[in-house]
Amino acid sequence: MMDEFNPTKLDEIRAKISESQKEKKKCITVCGGTGCHAYGCLKVAEAFKDEIKKQNLQDSVDVRITGCHGFCERGPITVIQPEGIFYQRIQLKDIREVISETIINKKIVDRLLYTEPRTKEKIVLEEEVPFYKKQRRIIFGNNGFIDPTDINDYIALDGYKALVKVLFDMTSEEVIADIKASGLKGRGGAGFLAGKKWEICRENNSDVKYIICNADEGDPGAYMDRSLLEGNPHSVIEGMVIGAYAIGASLGFIYVRMEYPLAVKNITLAVEQAKSLGLLGETILGSEFKFDIRIFRGAGAFVSGEETSLMASIEGRRAFPRQRPPYPAQEGLWGKPTNINNVETWANVPLVINKGAEWYSGIGTKNSKGTKIFSLVGKINNTGLVEVPMGMKLREIIYDIGGGIKDNKKFKAVQTGGPSGGCVPADKLDLAIDFESLTRAGSMMGSGGMIVMDEDTCMVDVARYFLDFTQEESCGKCVPCRIGTRQLVDILTRITQGKGDEKDLEKLNDLSKSVKDGSLCGLGQTAPNPVLTTIRYFRHEYEAHIKEKSCPALVCKDLIIYNIEPDKCVGCLLCLKNCPVDAISGERKKVHVIDQELCIKCGACLDVCPPKVSAVSKYTGNKKDRILKKASRQRVQK
Amino acid sequence: MEKIMSEYTKVQRELIHLLHDAQSKFGYIPAQMISQISRELKISESEIFGVLTFYKAFTLKPRGEHLITICMGTACHVRGAPMILDEFERKLGIKAGETSEDNQFTLETVNCVGACALGPIAIADGDYHGQMKTREVDEIIKKLKQEKRKSSE
Repeated sequence: MMDEFNPTKLDEIRAKISESQKEKKKCITVCGGTGCHAYGCLKVAEAFKDEIKKQNLQDSVDVRITGCHGFCERGPITVIQPEGIFYQRIQLKDIREVISETIINKKIVDRLLYTEPRTKEKIVLEEEVPFYKKQRRIIFGNNGFIDPTDINDYIALDGYKALVKVLFDMTSEEVIADIKASGLKGRGGAGFLAGKKWEICRENNSDVKYIICNADEGDPGAYMDRSLLEGNPHSVIEGMVIGAYAIGASLGFIYVRMEYPLAVKNITLAVEQAKSLGLLGETILGSEFKFDIRIFRGAGAFVSGEETSLMASIEGRRAFPRQRPPYPAQEGLWGKPTNINNVETWANVPLVINKGAEWYSGIGTKNSKGTKIFSLVGKINNTGLVEVPMGMKLREIIYDIGGGIKDNKKFKAVQTGGPSGGCVPADKLDLAIDFESLTRAGSMMGSGGMIVMDEDTCMVDVARYFLDFTQEESCGKCVPCRIGTRQLVDILTRITQGKGDEKDLEKLNDLSKSVKDGSLCGLGQTAPNPVLTTIRYFRHEYEAHIKEKSCPALVCKDLIIYNIEPDKCVGCLLCLKNCPVDAISGERKKVHVIDQELCIKCGACLDVCPPKVSAVSKYTGNKKDRILKKASRQRVQK
Repeated sequence: MEKIMSEYTKVQRELIHLLHDAQSKFGYIPAQMISQISRELKISESEIFGVLTFYKAFTLKPRGEHLITICMGTACHVRGAPMILDEFERKLGIKAGETSEDNQFTLETVNCVGACALGPIAIADGDYHGQMKTREVDEIIKKLKQEKRKSSE
């Protein structure tokens, strides 16, 4: 069968699928990303199928579990096509009503619609929801239409068309010229021009060449690569086959994090399906080009996202980075020229080929072309994945798309670039986001994590968190990284415990520079960034911890106390019962008191105190000392 | 074990695949497995030991019957994941990375599971518990214990 498979057959398949999809007038799509999975989307989809059968509608209504829609905050998400009616937080009890009202009677179920929090307006269509409205979803948009476990869905949406064009109408030089002209930069962090990288690899003569898709998305808080692999795996595969053709590679690896079980499953299945249709393997689409892909499951080491470590890992060794040059394009896997790109970069490739380099380079800023997917998470109202043109202002992303800060708190900073990046403070809200502007602000693009922080986030604690992370993940090869990060964590921990001294800031700065200069790979070279940017923008918070022994954000346990306000407490016994160490005393309808000597500051009392009462407060600094003094006086009197 | 071995060509690049399969089959990497891989792949035992202890996916000790994983990603961190972890550690009487003496529970942390909208997250035997509160910790542990009782009845 594979010999006979050719572009005409692919067109026939495409025509046949769109015909059969047209026959079914409606399609209920249920988001099947990891977020919605956790909310129970599979049960929702099953219930839809059952109900449709019951109503005998299976010939006109299709149910499809699709890739991630991105608006994880409102899951499980259901969109009814072709209208694009957007239902959010849908539950099993809503299913019957959706079928009888929306599908049969063509009426909208109001309570399932998204409500714009400011205007209280109910929004019917997916594209009208503010979260989506300002986005430009050229890479991510198809996720919501495609069942990732079915290659036909991808083919129907012009999938593998770019591959046909490349294999039959273009030379590999032309492909590289196109990618170069598009200005596509690697989406993995460093932002190197993808076409340039391909060219270097192509120019190195060798009998065997490899390409790798880096899906070891290790930055905590970033999950766009996972969503692409889960939701539209064939776009990544198509990009890789095109890249392999341009570079002259015969084998590709997808190195995917094992912490993403659904992504591993979907990409493995997609590779099998592509093989069975002759889109991978010998004589691809009847051409003379051969190329195959293997899936490699990572084993839980952050450093293996670094390209030389990743290759060591594929070779079956510890993920230790090595000196560059030689670059992977010169000597990579098993000493052969190897080209490594990240998931999102590969997914951009078919688009550049289909729409042309000129179209693509029309999107974005002068030096950063195209769109970028960000994972907007943390203290933000609309958590989710957003795809925007490069150059969009931070303010637009956080307020217009993200819907602002949770619980009407004050925006403090956004952390970009994962553990290698830095924090961008509130006064830089009008920063136009691209590779260059973020680097200038002391942070970096990284893979696209955007962790929003509000007034309740302690920046010293955040710096400590990241250094704790990099210290744990440092492979140990270079002394400055192995020991330097340890020292940085120790100093930061001391500061958060109120044991910092005035020379610590200087020490942190000096040490950070040594770690940056003395480390071999990106992990060590960037590890101090979170410390440096927080000192740069939030020096006053460090000083408060060091000089006043107070934590202004009320986070650092050793610097705060919990206190029950006598004038607010109604004596409901809730906190008393929930205190794990029995530190709270009191009787029904009498004011409760926390014994500060027993309290472990777990926050359970604050957590359970009813919002109407909100009698539990946190204190730091002078106020804390006053309350403690008063408490000890009372103890003495008793 | 032989079956796992027979599925791979005997070269170094298969080492991590082999370890993955052994880990999911036995729940840990048994010591005999190391010497067997060493013989078959012609890699020294010390190197295999080096590789498997380098990666978090592999353990040398069996895990408990129930596995509780706490996500420590940045989004979960700013939403209070450390407090959730503290509470689990307190309630189970073990630290992250340890298994309880009765072999019932293993408590682990993970850098990020990418379900940040649900943070802070605890994953108990594969079930995701989102937007965790400290007071919900006890319920999860109790539920896991009950499941055990039910299945043994």
